Amino acid sequence: MRIREMAGIVDAEIIQGAFEDAELAGGYTSDLLSDVMAHAKAGEALITIQAHKNTVAVASLIGAPAIVVCNGRPVPEDMVEAARDEGIAIVRTDLSQYEVSGRLWKALRG
Amino acid sequence: MATVPIPATSSPGVVLEMLYSMRVKDAMTGDVVTASPSTSLHEVQALMREHAITGVPIVDEGRLVGIVAIGDIIEALDARATDARAMERPAREAMTSSVVTLDDEMPLSLAVTYFDRYKFGRFPVLDSSGRLAGIITASDILRRLLIALNEEIVRMEQRMAGRQRATEGPVPAVELSFGTAPLDFSRAGNVSQRFKKALVERGCPPAIARRVAVASYELELNQVIHSKGGVMILRVFNDTIEVIAQDEGPGIADVDQAMQEGFSTANEWVRSLGFGAGMGLPNVKRVSDEFSIQSELGKGTTVRAVIRWSKE
Repeated sequence: MRIREMAGIVDAEIIQGAFEDAELAGGYTSDLLSDVMAHAKAGEALITIQAHKNTVAVASLIGAPAIVVCNGRPVPEDMVEAARDEGIAIVRTDLSQYEVSGRLWKALRG
Repeated sequence: MATVPIPATSSPGVVLEMLYSMRVKDAMTGDVVTASPSTSLHEVQALMREHAITGVPIVDEGRLVGIVAIGDIIEALDARATDARAMERPAREAMTSSVVTLDDEMPLSLAVTYFDRYKFGRFPVLDSSGRLAGIITASDILRRLLIALNEEIVRMEQRMAGRQRATEGPVPAVELSFGTAPLDFSRAGNVSQRFKKALVERGCPPAIARRVAVASYELELNQVIHSKGGVMILRVFNDTIEVIAQDEGPGIADVDQAMQEGFSTANEWVRSLGFGAGMGLPNVKRVSDEFSIQSELGKGTTVRAVIRWSKE
C-alpha cells in the first residue's frame, strides 16, 4: 500500500503533498514522541494527534514517510514547511487513532 | 513603544537575556544619600560634593517626595545675584516633585529604556511598598552588565576547556557540535537531524544511524526541556560513534530516579506536546553500547553514549 492509497482508506486529506509515494511497511500509533523514537520502524506511517513541528523531526529521524494527523487536529504552517523540506507526507483525517489503525491493519494484514 | 536600544532579533541572545533576567535592584545603589524637605540647598550642594553625586532624592518619613539635581543647585547659585539667600532656601522649594521612578523588581531592560526615553541622569528606585529602595544611574547599569558579561565569558571559557578535555585521546574522523537553547521547541530535533545526515552521508548503515539518532534526539530534547542550554557533540571514530550531551545545569537531583522509565519532572505543557514521558534517558541507554551520566546540582549534566559501528 502506498501513501496516497492509505490516505484514501482513512478518509484523509493530503495537507503536505510534496513526497515520494512510497510503499508503507505498516503504521505506528502513539502520541508520545519518545515512544515513537523507541519503537516505530522505518517505513511505517506515524499515526498521532501530535500536530507540531517536532513530530516531523521524529518522523525524519526514524524514517517514517508519512504522518497521519487524527481527530482533525489543526496542522500549523511551520509543521507543513518542515515536512515539505523532509519530503514527508502529512495527511489529516477526522477519524481517531483507533479507527485509523484498525482500517490500515485490515487493509494491510486482513 | 520604546524598546531596548539594541536590535532584539540580531543581537546575541545572551546580552538580551541578561537585560531581561536582571532586575533593577541587581544594579542599583542601595545606600542612597538623601536629604529631607527642610534641608537647605547649601547643605544639599555639600552632600553632592562630599559624595561626588549629581542628584539627591528628598525623602519625608521614608517616602520619596522629590529630587534635587545639580541643575537646580546651579539655578539657585545664579539666583543669588537677585536673592542673596537663594542657597539657604529649603530643598522642598527647589526640588522637582514629579519624579520618574523605577520599581526594584522591574527588568533591567526597562531601566535602559527609561534612560533612553527621559534623558535623566538617575532614577530613584522604589520597593513594592513604595519606599525609596535605591537609586540607579547609567554607570550602575554599565558596571553591572560588565560584571555579568565577564561571568558569562568565564563560563564560556570553562565550557571550551571542558570540550578540549573531552577531545583528548584518539582524534575522531568527524566531530560536529551544536548548541541548544532552553525551551526552543521550534529548533528542537535539528541537531539530531544534522547528526543523522552527517552519518548517512558517510555511509553509516541505517540501523546504526537510527540508534545514534534516538540517543541524540532524546539527549537534545532533555537539554531543551530541562537545562539552561548546552552543547551536543557527535564524534565519529573508526569503530565507534560517540554522542556527548553537556549542559550548564541545573543538574539532576537523583540520577538513579531519572534513569527509571516513566519518571519525569516535565511540566503539563511539555507533556501535552508529547514529551516528558520519562522515556528519554532509558531510551538512550537502550540504544547505546556504552552509556555514562554525570550530574551535579547547580553545575550541570554530561551524558556520553557510545554506539559501535561493527555491531549490526
